[in-house]
Amino acid sequence: MAAINRDDVAHLARLAHIEMTGDELDRMAGELAVIVDAVKSVSEAAGADVPATSHPIPLSNVLREDVVGHVLSQEQALSGAPDAQSGRFRVPAILEED
Amino acid sequence: MTNSELIRSSAANLATRLAAKEISAVEVTQAHLDRIAAVDGALNAFLHINTDEALSVAADVDARRAHGEDLHELAGVPIAVKDLIVTIGQPTTAGSRILDGWHSPYDATVVRKLREARMPILGKTNLDEFAMGSSTEHSAFGPTRNPWDLDRIPGGSGGGSAAAVAAFEAPLALGTDTGGSIRQPGAVTGTVGVKPTYGAVSRYGAIAMASSLDQIGPVSRTVLDSALLQEVIGGHDPFDSTSLTDPSTGLVAAARLGNVSGMKIGIIRELHGEGYQAGVENRFNESLELLKQAGAEIVEVSCPNFQYALGAYYLIMPSEASSNLAKFDGVRFGLRTLPGDGPMTIERVMGATRAAGFGDEVKRRIILGTYALSAGYYDAYYGSAQKVRTLIQQDFNAAFSQTDVLISPTAPTTAFKLGEKLDDPLAMYLNDVATIPANLAGVPGLSLPGGLADEDGLPVGIQLLAPAREDARLYRVGAVLESLLEQSWGGPLLDQAPELAGAAAGLAGTKEAK
Repeated sequence: MAAINRDDVAHLARLAHIEMTGDELDRMAGELAVIVDAVKSVSEAAGADVPATSHPIPLSNVLREDVVGHVLSQEQALSGAPDAQSGRFRVPAILEED
Repeated sequence: MTNSELIRSSAANLATRLAAKEISAVEVTQAHLDRIAAVDGALNAFLHINTDEALSVAADVDARRAHGEDLHELAGVPIAVKDLIVTIGQPTTAGSRILDGWHSPYDATVVRKLREARMPILGKTNLDEFAMGSSTEHSAFGPTRNPWDLDRIPGGSGGGSAAAVAAFEAPLALGTDTGGSIRQPGAVTGTVGVKPTYGAVSRYGAIAMASSLDQIGPVSRTVLDSALLQEVIGGHDPFDSTSLTDPSTGLVAAARLGNVSGMKIGIIRELHGEGYQAGVENRFNESLELLKQAGAEIVEVSCPNFQYALGAYYLIMPSEASSNLAKFDGVRFGLRTLPGDGPMTIERVMGATRAAGFGDEVKRRIILGTYALSAGYYDAYYGSAQKVRTLIQQDFNAAFSQTDVLISPTAPTTAFKLGEKLDDPLAMYLNDVATIPANLAGVPGLSLPGGLADEDGLPVGIQLLAPAREDARLYRVGAVLESLLEQSWGGPLLDQAPELAGAAAGLAGTKEAK
């Protein structure tokens, strides 16, 4: 398994939408390399015949009646928003303009 | 009863005296609020104190009781709530700057159930940011201190709930346990903490870290009190699609049963010995001896795949966390931080918001999770970890085919000093080595005080584990072991904790300014 380096961390931070300084990238790359090294034995623990478990107690077909249930009012939904206008979330520009 | 007697009482004892009208709910609630005012400046167990609402709920209980109304057994018994669980009328921060000052527009199901039982909510307790940590040092609002030694950690992530209960600020608290966040703080503060079977208590309104591992559960000073609380908060909830349909009954009866004769109790070979502090090992062996004398049969079992549990956990948990925490985008709730310069696009606002709002440990786990889920690594990391989960379930199944419950130390060491492991994430993660297997398999676990370690005089935790949906067995064995241990100590372990009021006198009042 490949080791994790500073460029990897910079790429992952972009994917995760977390701005990081050069110092943070250096430190994080060092720490993550140690952690990734410590967990790598996991990939050798189980053979191909072992099924994966995604959920500790499997449940299937958890359904409810198709009726309006517990909903927030528009006012409640917007109550914690950093910015709202005319009953809607107000969002910065999606695309960069030239 | 004096104020000191009121705050040192178990929830069960308070409930009995309230029902007999020997004490009032207002008196009980006020005594705990006074205690918080006196000692929390030194402890920082609470992030918010809910004085007015708690007293008004208590007054309402007293009025109803005076009119002869039939009330819930725990009506008027106050409780603290971990600040990861959402509450109307109080802020919920998850210990993070990104939610500083945020108020939830809805109650968690467990909070609704507390309100229905008319239990006054004293306030919200401190935690590692988004429950990520084993020491409460990762809270954006400062660490909580251990009432046994103010220079030491109270465990984590639920250090606030455990410290509040250990310091007699509350008889009961709610915690959440993803890898040991209820049980390990219980162990290092000399209190009781239970992680119920996955799905036995609704997760609706607990801010999610790792959805397939997270579980809400009780924190208390006695095993019976945790049983009483789990019966209040447990049961099916249509708002949580992973909620089990089993009724939340029989736990209190199990705690009151009072015998373990003929039960088979398994020691897990992989969860003691090397890597465990000598004083932890000694107290663990004493508990085994007591259970044997009470008629239980002690057998040894092996769970060979537990050696991979920590690794699997530190792949699954960050993967799920990275996905769950994507919702903190600076748009719908919480903090929004604008970038210092350049174009003001949503993507850059998100990057700046999450950089300013999340602490180091949260960033570390998000990056690790993003890595484990990324194309090319998914099978080797996340896929392998899910297979290990199957192996761990198989180990538990094999162990429970020969035993009724399993037993181990809850944590490998007693409480360490604040700051000691802060710069070494891996050393911090090792605290959870004995608690993580239960989360991966979904089985219930309970930690109770096992005495004080010889070398440092600090509390040691004993962990009991049972098969999924057999939470009652934990309460049955836990209550018996607790009673035998308390006989040997001549009273509860917390009687041996140092007096806090004197130490805190100079700091009392600082909380009021918050």
